[in-house]
Amino acid sequence: MAEMRLLKKGAEAELYLTEWMGLEAILKRRVKKGYRNPDLDLHIRGTRTSNEAKLLSEARRLGVPTPIVYSVDKRDCEILMSYIDAPPLKMLVGGMGSADLARTFLRVGEMVGRLHKGGIVHGDLTTSNIIPYSGLLYLIDFGLGEHTSDVESRGVDIHLMRRALESSHHEVSSAAYLSFIEGYQYIMGSLSELVLRRVDAIRRRGRYVDVSQRKEG
Amino acid sequence: MNSVQYVLGIESTAHTFGCGIASSEGKILSNVKSEYIPTSGGIHPREASQHHASKAAGTIAVALNEAGLRIGDITAVAFSAGPGLGPCLRTGATVARTVSLIRKCPLVPVNHCVAHIEVGRLVTGEDDPLVVYVSGGNTIISAYSGGRYRVFGETLDIALGNCLDTFARHLGLSHPGVPKLEQLADEGRRFIPLPYVVKGQDVSYSGLLTMASRLAGECDRRDLSLSLLEVAYGMVAEVTERAIAQTEKGALLLTGGVARSKRLQRALSFICSDHSARFHVVPPDLAGDNGGMIAWTGYLGLREGMSVPVESSYVNPNWRLDEVEVLWRR
Repeated sequence: MAEMRLLKKGAEAELYLTEWMGLEAILKRRVKKGYRNPDLDLHIRGTRTSNEAKLLSEARRLGVPTPIVYSVDKRDCEILMSYIDAPPLKMLVGGMGSADLARTFLRVGEMVGRLHKGGIVHGDLTTSNIIPYSGLLYLIDFGLGEHTSDVESRGVDIHLMRRALESSHHEVSSAAYLSFIEGYQYIMGSLSELVLRRVDAIRRRGRYVDVSQRKEG
Repeated sequence: MNSVQYVLGIESTAHTFGCGIASSEGKILSNVKSEYIPTSGGIHPREASQHHASKAAGTIAVALNEAGLRIGDITAVAFSAGPGLGPCLRTGATVARTVSLIRKCPLVPVNHCVAHIEVGRLVTGEDDPLVVYVSGGNTIISAYSGGRYRVFGETLDIALGNCLDTFARHLGLSHPGVPKLEQLADEGRRFIPLPYVVKGQDVSYSGLLTMASRLAGECDRRDLSLSLLEVAYGMVAEVTERAIAQTEKGALLLTGGVARSKRLQRALSFICSDHSARFHVVPPDLAGDNGGMIAWTGYLGLREGMSVPVESSYVNPNWRLDEVEVLWRR
């Protein structure tokens, strides 16, 4: 067994830096959560692990850069994958000029468009899950993703991105979101219309919104 | 003028008509409430507002009495201006405007969700916690950043408390249903798989409620109650853990009507010890809807000049938490 070094203890999983066939690799281990029912816990960790492994590979086939999966251990809820040694987009947004910001989020929008067009939603779009590396934008963390072409699921995906921008990057959230939408529309074409209308509906639904945004139901 | 100020707070967003008095020294001097309990089914906005109108004068009198004050001692009036049910909000606002006009004192509109956070900060002494606010109408995970309380996670459809209350009624449990649901769950043995829906940092409870209600006739109600609570609390616990990892706040504050759930408290305190964060539960009388939190937050707003003339003291049933500029924390 190669040496393992704990890189990050996230909310859901622990990430270890290790080796696979002489290559730097990441071991992602979904750890047991003591606060929830053991049956429920095992079910959640198991499905998310196999889900993530599948979607990482499928997304890459759609032209969305993702880590390469080396192996999956469903029993221990572990995925071994290639290591992308760079900080996430979240850390970089603050230091971006407006042109750089617009260009980056346009590409993020295109990336999400390609994913949606290919029948996949990510389920957890945030700037922490996008890693700019060697000229590409890598998308990670597919545990909450699914195979679907539902307008609703696509809408929630976009809604999550928008909210992540508002909570973590409120100074630039409007500009970033506009560029993101531009890129998304570029790839999705006329398909984007229904989705974006649904995003507004999701925002209005079950949550309190600014009255000025409350257009026709 | 007396150097100590006394702010009267009126709460009337949903079931509760509350009247509390806070002093500028940070004391909640009295906190009186009268709750509308529907004879059957959920809350009826018009009936609730009629209840509030009929109880307003008496509740205010008791609040003044318990605080040892007279109406002449009140230096400002605050009211819940939203979010909430329109008819209920308008009743509370009318009461507050009347007091303001009689006393010729400032009138301060307060955001109900902000008030839950502010009174929690006051009683726990935590300056900058992550806040988990769970009630019949709200499921919000929020933290302060850049002048506002930002929303890090929330429900995509119905609130946690709404899901649990509705299911409890479905089982024929009388109000308040959640404690009885928890008792049933304590005797549950078998876990029944139910829809666990986490989308990013958000949760969804409508599918869970539908599925659990559908199974109510077929499964053991103790097992079903156990499974429903495990799934419902598990979802909010998961998004809370994500928010605490993301925001790196050193403390977590649990508030709202569902905060009194021991099962939810156990789950969240578990997470806090994992992430070395302090865990606080706001005491029940201040965690549920109440006038004291409105009074205290009204005082904070008053200090920043946030009072409004009666003519423009509108209510806003859809007033979002993250729209409010939290001037007193700048």
